[in-house]
Amino acid sequence: MAQDDHSGAELAAADSSHAAHDIAVSPGTAVIAADSFENPGFPPHRTRVTDENPKREKRAQRTVYTLFYLSILGSVWAIAAYMLFPIESNDVGAVRLNNMFFGLGATLALLAIGFGVVHWGKAIMADVELIDERHPIGGSPETQAAAVKVFTDSDQESGFTRRAAIRNSLIGALLVFPLPAVVLFRGFAPQDQVPVELLSHTMWKKGTRLALDPSGVPIKAADVTIGSAFHVIPEGLQDLEHGKLEEKAKAAVLLMRLEPSELNEAPGKENWSYEGIVAYSKICTHVGCPVALYEQHTHHLLCPCHQSQFDVANHCEVIFGPAARPLPQLAIAVDDEGYLIAQHDFKEPVGPSFWERN
Amino acid sequence: MTTAPSATAPQKRSFTSAASVYVNERTSIAGFVKELGRKAFPDHWSFLLGEVALFSFVVVLISGTFLTFFFQASMVEVHYDGSYVPLKGVEMSVAMASTLDISFDIRGGLFVRQMHHWAALLFVAAIGLHMLRIFFTGAFRKPRELNWVIGFTLFILAMAEGFTGYSLPDDLLSGNGLRIIDGMVKGIPLIGTWTSFLLFGGEFPGTQIVGRLYTLHILLLPALVVALVALHLVFVVVHKHTQYAGPGKTQQNAVGPPILPIYAAKAGGFFFIIFGVLALIASMFTINPIWNYGPYDPSPVSAGTQPDWYIGFADGALRLIPPGWEFVWLDRTWSFNILVPLIVIGVFIVLVLIYPFIEAWIKGDRREHHIADRPRNAPTRTAIGAAGVTFYAGLWAAASSDILATHFSLTMEGVIHALQAVVIIGPFVAYFIAKRVCIALQKKDREIVLHGYESGRIVKLPGGEFIEVHQPLDEYDRWKLVSYESYAPLMIRPNARGKITVGQRLRASFSRWFFEDRIAPVTRGELESGHDTHH
Repeated sequence: MAQDDHSGAELAAADSSHAAHDIAVSPGTAVIAADSFENPGFPPHRTRVTDENPKREKRAQRTVYTLFYLSILGSVWAIAAYMLFPIESNDVGAVRLNNMFFGLGATLALLAIGFGVVHWGKAIMADVELIDERHPIGGSPETQAAAVKVFTDSDQESGFTRRAAIRNSLIGALLVFPLPAVVLFRGFAPQDQVPVELLSHTMWKKGTRLALDPSGVPIKAADVTIGSAFHVIPEGLQDLEHGKLEEKAKAAVLLMRLEPSELNEAPGKENWSYEGIVAYSKICTHVGCPVALYEQHTHHLLCPCHQSQFDVANHCEVIFGPAARPLPQLAIAVDDEGYLIAQHDFKEPVGPSFWERN
Repeated sequence: MTTAPSATAPQKRSFTSAASVYVNERTSIAGFVKELGRKAFPDHWSFLLGEVALFSFVVVLISGTFLTFFFQASMVEVHYDGSYVPLKGVEMSVAMASTLDISFDIRGGLFVRQMHHWAALLFVAAIGLHMLRIFFTGAFRKPRELNWVIGFTLFILAMAEGFTGYSLPDDLLSGNGLRIIDGMVKGIPLIGTWTSFLLFGGEFPGTQIVGRLYTLHILLLPALVVALVALHLVFVVVHKHTQYAGPGKTQQNAVGPPILPIYAAKAGGFFFIIFGVLALIASMFTINPIWNYGPYDPSPVSAGTQPDWYIGFADGALRLIPPGWEFVWLDRTWSFNILVPLIVIGVFIVLVLIYPFIEAWIKGDRREHHIADRPRNAPTRTAIGAAGVTFYAGLWAAASSDILATHFSLTMEGVIHALQAVVIIGPFVAYFIAKRVCIALQKKDREIVLHGYESGRIVKLPGGEFIEVHQPLDEYDRWKLVSYESYAPLMIRPNARGKITVGQRLRASFSRWFFEDRIAPVTRGELESGHDTHH
């Protein structure tokens, strides 16, 4: 503590403490005032009302055991409520009653124990305050030196530092040995699949009919009135044996009809719409939530997760929010029977961006 | 029952002592009891925050164990055939169906499920408040830096437990949460696509994720949490608890009621109070009503989609990114709209984690500190904490940007821009205000020590002057206001080789930032000389 800039004859007060043990420990830039106040020591003990008044002590005692009896009552009530309020099949109200009355019984059982024991501790148990001495966490210098000696001795005896070839080869082996375990993680996903391939294709292909989500009923162009929006899945999705949700997570589409004059179509995609009917991927290009909210009069789509907004009239370009890319467009046409069909799969991967996407 | 025959001790002994001797002669536990049983445990309401965390974790463990007996972590599709009529016949995973069964077909199941969820929410909240208490009182200083790291790791693990837990029912809300995780993971350069692919066992959503999260949720993460909690508490015993400055309390003592019996009674009782309060909430208030959301389907989503509160800051960070932060470069997609939130949150977490070491390096103080600071007496630290809290709160509020907009009839864009300002400018404002308030409070303390309290008694002096009599402090109250240390900015000096290193310069500039504005505690000399100059 004898630093030039902060020395002081009296290191009492706030720091008296430190001075007693850690003579050699630096206080850093702490300012130790020479004439700081001295710790006045403990104030006189204040007795509790239960210490002075035997009546109050008796009352506290009564309170505590009454609480414990109340707890027993609460437990018994919870058991009774379990039987008195059975869950009748198909009745949500019964579930609510069972939950509430069983729960309130348990609450009483627990809270009464809690308050009882705390009150016992605060009002009745002898009001003692102890003073423990703290010792430096590091222990005595001798112990520390002995511990250091253990390490230096074992280093000497094993030659860990001296025999560099042995040590370094061991470190090398220890670094490499977990690698086979890392390889095992390839088995976390099907061995015969690679993600980029899967992410690049959806269920849509030439001639797939657009169907209503979730019924799977195909949609006729004539049924799509101006201003309406449909949640769409590819026809046949509901009949899939496996991978229904995985396909749906890529193939979900929103279908909207605008006045053809309001549509500002992207160059090269003029024939991707049909008389003002446009179809866009419903999966947000940000992190993949369904872009489910359509504001009819502004032609804006809003993603409810992170509020990215897309302008349908302007080929779904991003007008606000964290998404960066427009929603991919599904090229549509009409078949002989008047049903809406896809011209081909999406021309780009749908959904959130990924590293290999370009 | 009061006596036990014993060859070694002929005199009468109580049952308690006989039982202790019996156990001790087989376990050697006496030394442990002697060392711990009468340890003084400092008392203060703010020390309860850590206990709330611990006890709610115990409730999470108890209620969670019950749930494992009923929950089926399988994504096999079934047609629901339980008691909840509106979903009858709906196709859903076994995970969702078994969660509905816990809620509607098992008596008390809903109670335990809700208690589990509420206790988990309380667990994370209590850890957060406990950490704020530790931070603002400087209880992370030597020798407790490592325990801060352990505690902060527990905070992260608790959030991971929470996220894996609420994803298990495979309902619409949690499925959208997983979809967001999938999208974020895919945005990570180089490894993102494959990481997501392996995590979900193929394409999103796959049929694996619930089972995998379940293993994490009930095996790996709880094991880590239990181990770190145990270590955390061992360190509390080794270090002994901190205490606030007060008469008689020094850096060399720990003052408080003994562990046995008073502390044990208070803490044990408090456990039952926490348990009881959680039982009360679980019996009265619905949480996570998955039957309203329905099973996961990638196409629908409800407006106002939000994660549990403690994940909000991450979701909010995603929402605050302006449009277009993504481009293709070197034939690869760089999703800065994902990366920036991840990096910013990562840096924030690392800064919080290493703060104790930064402060120790700036101060160069190698002594142990067992007396907790009053926040005002460490103005720069308190101001940094206020800035951090503001930053976090801004991100957190952003997770409700849509609800803020609809609830207060504001535009979405307006809310986002305002919150962007809160997150970027807010910390500086909060820093400035907190620092000024701390310094003002320190000045007030000095004023009170030097001139006493205003007594409200007005006296007319012989000359006609009116003064208010100030009541001097007694020595015990005064001690609370003067027993702290201030730190001076570091003076740059050449080291042994006569050089001024870059590290030294950096430390000096940090030290200036921390300690340039400082208020020293009142000294005896000041009090004595100051007495006559003012009234």
